[in-house]
Amino acid sequence: MSGYTANQATTAQDASGIDINARAVNYTCGDCDGDVQLKRGEPIRCRNCGHRVLYKKRTNRMVQFEAR
Amino acid sequence: MTVPGAEELARRKRLQVGPETVSNQASTDFPGHWPGENHEWNLDHFRENLKVQFYSTPPPDPLRPDVENTDPALDLTFSLIGVDTAIANAFRRILIAEVPTVAIETVFMLQNTSIIQDEVLSHRLGLIPLHGSRDGLRWMKWRNKPAEGGEEEPPSDYNCAQFTLEVDCSWQEGGKDRMRQGETDPNKLYVNHSVYAKDMVWVPIGKQHQLFKDDPIRAANPDILIAKMRPGQQIKLMMHAFKGVGKDHTKFSPVATASYRLMPAIDILKPITGADAKKFARCFPKGVIKLEKVSPEDAQKDPELQGKEGEAKAVVHDPMRDTVSRECLRHAEFKDKVRLGRIRDHFIFKIESTGQWNSDELFLESVRLLKIKALRVKRGLAEMT
Repeated sequence: MSGYTANQATTAQDASGIDINARAVNYTCGDCDGDVQLKRGEPIRCRNCGHRVLYKKRTNRMVQFEAR
Repeated sequence: MTVPGAEELARRKRLQVGPETVSNQASTDFPGHWPGENHEWNLDHFRENLKVQFYSTPPPDPLRPDVENTDPALDLTFSLIGVDTAIANAFRRILIAEVPTVAIETVFMLQNTSIIQDEVLSHRLGLIPLHGSRDGLRWMKWRNKPAEGGEEEPPSDYNCAQFTLEVDCSWQEGGKDRMRQGETDPNKLYVNHSVYAKDMVWVPIGKQHQLFKDDPIRAANPDILIAKMRPGQQIKLMMHAFKGVGKDHTKFSPVATASYRLMPAIDILKPITGADAKKFARCFPKGVIKLEKVSPEDAQKDPELQGKEGEAKAVVHDPMRDTVSRECLRHAEFKDKVRLGRIRDHFIFKIESTGQWNSDELFLESVRLLKIKALRVKRGLAEMT
């Protein structure tokens, strides 16, 4: 039943390592369940409620499974 | 050559059911068993004895007396009389394992934030019976498994049906307020909190547009619950359905189950009358034994019935409803008065289709497949000589 991830999108970021114009990443607040966008170097904190626990979202990458 | 009488033949194909034993199980109608009798296989003899019997009103299943009003197209009962157990069993096994159907085989998970895991969700999707234009499904071909290290055959309109499932759960308007007031009914709080089989959307490709124009591919039972969600959760996926057979995976089996039982036979050897008759009837499921009044002619004919005119007498009414529980053999008053058995070549088939094909189509398909197998053996034998 093990699925494999398709290599559809390899970002340019992996290779260059440091990117000053880092893209914002979406997180979910552990307290208010709101969306939090964070960039590199920003404090890990919800803008809405100030909670300091954030959860990363599941990837949008496709995973293939056998229906068995 | 001697020819056994009808009574002797009936005795031979009767299984005897005793209180703790079953005897005379094996068939003996093959050459060399009965001295001086010809039991060679003969097509005309077979043709004469073979009988397929349908019932205008479907006979109730004694093992599930509470189930009534099932769809006869999908839940078929009929009698197959005059074939050997080996043949009847071959039909049953082919029905379960070798009649092809279309079922979901690959799932491409784009997003699944529900609590049900990807693997489990895929498995559940695979087990959903599909339904659609019969001609279209017949037209669909196998998708050949790739040889070791070989390329997979690309999915196409003739071997693949594509579906998508995209469901987002969210709050209803004012749902949050209602929850604060103590409301717990999900129907009053959320939108799309249950994902059903009817939410799957079929994406026709190529020729499927015409072939399934009037009868699109869809879940046979639209109300199958696939997953439950809460606000903020999302399922987004794509599925490919292929043709397969039950011996590969049960999801490809066209039947919930296909089974047969042998026709029960009850012989009342000596008359059972009065209170005993009532007790005797209670030993069987409803409708098996009927109580009749002893008529003057009966009383005259049978010395045991003399002077019992007008009393109740037990008569076998419908042995098909019997479960052969052997309850009547436990009571001393019925000793030597009754003989239980089953008829060896009377198979009461029950085919419960999952919905892709009708039960009668499935049985005919199993006959066709057995024929193909027999021809394959014949070809193989011809090559050997």
